[in-house]
Amino acid sequence: MPDTAPRGSSAVVVSPAAPRGGPDPMIPVPARILKVRRETHDTWTLEVGPVEGDLLPFAPGQFSMLYVLGVAELPISISGDPAETRRRVYTVRSVGAATAALVGQPEGECIGVRGPFGAPWPVEAARGRDLLLIAGGIGLAPLRPVLYHALAHRDDYGRVLVLYGARSPRDLLYRKELSQWGRERGVHVLTTVDYGGLRWTGNVGVVTTLFRRVPLDPGRTTAMVCGPEIMMRFVVGELETRGVGPDDIWLSMERNMKCGIGLCGHCQFGPMFVCRDGPVLPYRRLRPWVTRHEI
Amino acid sequence: MNIENLEKILVEHPFLKDLPVDHIGTVVGCASNRVFAAGEFLSREGEQADQFFLLREGRVSLEVHSPNAGALRIETLTDGDVLGWSWIIEPYRWHFDARALTRVRAIALDGKCLRGKCDSDHELGWRLLRRFARVMEQRLQSTRLQLVDVYGRRKEPAREHA
Repeated sequence: MPDTAPRGSSAVVVSPAAPRGGPDPMIPVPARILKVRRETHDTWTLEVGPVEGDLLPFAPGQFSMLYVLGVAELPISISGDPAETRRRVYTVRSVGAATAALVGQPEGECIGVRGPFGAPWPVEAARGRDLLLIAGGIGLAPLRPVLYHALAHRDDYGRVLVLYGARSPRDLLYRKELSQWGRERGVHVLTTVDYGGLRWTGNVGVVTTLFRRVPLDPGRTTAMVCGPEIMMRFVVGELETRGVGPDDIWLSMERNMKCGIGLCGHCQFGPMFVCRDGPVLPYRRLRPWVTRHEI
Repeated sequence: MNIENLEKILVEHPFLKDLPVDHIGTVVGCASNRVFAAGEFLSREGEQADQFFLLREGRVSLEVHSPNAGALRIETLTDGDVLGWSWIIEPYRWHFDARALTRVRAIALDGKCLRGKCDSDHELGWRLLRRFARVMEQRLQSTRLQLVDVYGRRKEPAREHA
């Protein structure tokens, strides 16, 4: 059995067996592409709706397996509002044949959807605390549902701090939303890029350089981090320097997920299966494994 | 600006936070208030690094000039940051251009003056050097992370989020 997450996390543990009375998690449900929106030069956001019935509810941080018929099945984080029941939103970066096929699906086309799967961000356990969301690149997508949730339940949380780094200005996701979020009460959004041209007047520097711009109250901060693994290791170092404890740091891990329910073993990470025990895991559990090269 | 006001600003600046009052009193003798207009340079690569800056307000871009690409922006600094450590290390020359992106208010600290004070008061020197070592460590780590190019193009993802 997976460990119980600390701080009374709301982590959903998906049993390898089909939920009693629920749909078989291994059988894709037909869904239709409702809308395709280009976010950046290589990233698209897809809105997907059920062909019939309702979609299963999801919690921020969970993912689906999206099946492009006859091409491939891909694990994709859900990036939309968890309160939405009639559509599901996914932001996909096109980096190969399978993702290119997915983002190339025309509106109205059918795909298969399995899930949602995996352990979510600890949004319930973090009630009453400051939320520090740190994203790198397309890692903002799995954190966006946390923001939607926090904004819909604004009084349940203290400050909401968003630190977001991308490779260049043209790689920044959700630019309009970022500035909207920054205008919300008690929400602070800071962005930076690794490489900025001279016309870019925003911050230049890696995401860790943003830490010195935000005073943290480490005892009441829950940090949620998503991005490339190297970036997350550097971020964890900064968080620890600032006194945020390993139970209050949560990372969304990425491994080669196939079945989504901890059966196939493709996404094994030490004693964990990322698809079932994660993808969101507390740093205390990850710490013994993240710097092991063999894992 | 009088000495009392400068001292108050130094005490409140994050870089000198918790420095003993007598050391602040020593440092203030090397300090002066400066304002830079947007577009003005605080330092130029290769020039004598005879001072460093504690930024109070505004944004500064660190740039390196490439003959083919022109100016490359490496990092931006803002309120509460410290700019420049070349004043500690011989031959005391700036390695980057520092350009004000907005109007910038800063405290300039005279490097030669401060080196003299650190030479005669090693405790002050040690305290300042520890602070600069932290800044250098942060910049080194940032540079490493930047070099890795973590967001660069990659293979088909295990999960499409990063």
